[in-house]
Amino acid sequence: MASAKRERPNRKLPNEEPVALPETDDGTILFNVPFPKDLAQLKAMAPIILKQPYRIDYIHSYGQDSPFFAGLANGKLLGTVCTKCGYKYATPKLHCMDCGSECDWFELPQVGAVHTFTVCYFGSEEFLKETPFVLILVEWPGVDTLFLSRLIGVDPLSPSLEWVGMKVRAKFRRLSKFKPTDVYFVPA
Amino acid sequence: MRPVYMVSGGVSKFAKARPDVTFQPMVKEAYDYALKDLGLEHPRFVEIVDGSVASYFSDHFQRQLMSGIMVQDYLGLCPKPSHRVEGGGATGGLCFQEAWKSVASGLMDVCVAYGFETMSHVNTWKGNEFIALASDVSFDYPVGGFYSGYYAMMVVRHMQEFGTTVEQMAHISVKNHNNAFHNPYAQKRKLLTIEDVRRAPMVAWPLTRLDICVMSDGAAATILASEEGVNKLEKASGKRIKPAKIVGIGRGTDAMRMADRPHRQVLLLPHERVSDYRGLKYPGIHSFRAGRMASKLAYEMARIVNPIKELDFIELHDAYTSSEIQTYEDMGLCKYGEGGRWAEEGNPFLPNLDYGLALKKPGTLPVNPSGGLIACGHPVGATGLMQAVFALWQLQGSIKKHFGNDRLQVKGARRGAIHSHAGTGTYVTVSIMEKV
Repeated sequence: MASAKRERPNRKLPNEEPVALPETDDGTILFNVPFPKDLAQLKAMAPIILKQPYRIDYIHSYGQDSPFFAGLANGKLLGTVCTKCGYKYATPKLHCMDCGSECDWFELPQVGAVHTFTVCYFGSEEFLKETPFVLILVEWPGVDTLFLSRLIGVDPLSPSLEWVGMKVRAKFRRLSKFKPTDVYFVPA
Repeated sequence: MRPVYMVSGGVSKFAKARPDVTFQPMVKEAYDYALKDLGLEHPRFVEIVDGSVASYFSDHFQRQLMSGIMVQDYLGLCPKPSHRVEGGGATGGLCFQEAWKSVASGLMDVCVAYGFETMSHVNTWKGNEFIALASDVSFDYPVGGFYSGYYAMMVVRHMQEFGTTVEQMAHISVKNHNNAFHNPYAQKRKLLTIEDVRRAPMVAWPLTRLDICVMSDGAAATILASEEGVNKLEKASGKRIKPAKIVGIGRGTDAMRMADRPHRQVLLLPHERVSDYRGLKYPGIHSFRAGRMASKLAYEMARIVNPIKELDFIELHDAYTSSEIQTYEDMGLCKYGEGGRWAEEGNPFLPNLDYGLALKKPGTLPVNPSGGLIACGHPVGATGLMQAVFALWQLQGSIKKHFGNDRLQVKGARRGAIHSHAGTGTYVTVSIMEKV
């Protein structure tokens, strides 16, 4: 009967019906909430705890770093080099942290070495399903900074300090996701 | 700049979750405690206080923008001046220093610094995701964003460079948990052994669950004052205040991406020499240049030449056992590379407690007598302020009054340091406090 009324929005409100918002059945519905007769008891009430969804799609621009991701899609690993002082960045920075000048792009060698690593047996929710995974920072001779990546092809259940220094080779996803994980490393 | 004193503080009991209250009453618990300890009630205090600084880290955890003003109004501090500060894990330390600036500059005579974090609103792994958003979302986060992983990579390099061992790291966990056993404010009060730490589930090699601090809900409040402010408060309460003088503050920074950290020369402290570090590439990812910078500046202001001899205790940011070791070195308690051994020898332990370990040099300079983040918990925006509160109580000699026992009281403590640290060493603060 109520829905029949909503189909006639131009209908004038009948005097015999109370003015009220329509009830809906979306969201959280809690029936029969206990409530004391004596309001003094309310401070002893247990808290009401709800689970609420929280999801967004976010528009992220890689901005000046975009060529790096285009490089990955073309099987190239790109770093930047300062036009003035020559400082070399394995993870691109378009202005030099050292002298403030602009940097140019250059292609990094696809073989580097493990500077450090860890094996994540737990992780953030987004990556929990991928555990255990190996994170490495890669170094190259003559390049001043490092590059964070994943290492596969080693046993994540037997980590060892001997992995430090290991030569590793870049591999690229055939189907680019335009994320830094489009490149990963394997023992060279 | 004029002298600044910390006159009082309060801490809520840190817990995994506080669903019984929203964040505002949680801060009020700490605030009311601080007032009560001064012998004042809010209506009298509000006539004197000039303003406040609010500290909380994450808008993601909070899902409520402008939380600072919501605390300000709940506490009844409107329309007095206030602002919020944010700097990752160092948020609390930054907040403390902002309050210091407000007073030192002459702008305020009495300033409250309050902080909180509510981390229980999402599950632990979503929480780790939120925290990892404090890493470059173009280059770092998508690779497997996980702070424990980042710190693990740092300490692997420390192990490689200096021979630091996992057992040395476990010493920190044993120390801090055992200290917290006597601290009623702490979230985790456990008597542990080295074996317990190493047998705990591996989180990010080589860090186990007991090498890593937990997420918490909690709040803390501190009250800072000028000499005039102290006089006003004493006049209002009719009670003598036992303040601590804040004699030095320092801050430092480093690149967000660990990959970008330079490999150059050590930033030396007055008691160090170039020859101490021949061939060491610094900071790399084994050391926190921001921690060294913050220490250097704070020591200079406090006229400290050799911290190990001139400090009586330190409350430092031990989000990880490994970062406590790395921080010993940044703060110049030992040379770079010696932090693991310094821990293992017992130097940062309390001399009067039994840890079930054979320690060669127990109690040289107690570090985290409260139990630190690892055992007290780490409700980010409250953490750095919690350290200030515990430091004040150490310097007042009032640990027994506040903890109900004096097991953690550093005997004759005259000068202490607090150290607050943000993600992989991006922002670090050091503040030095002295008994008056």
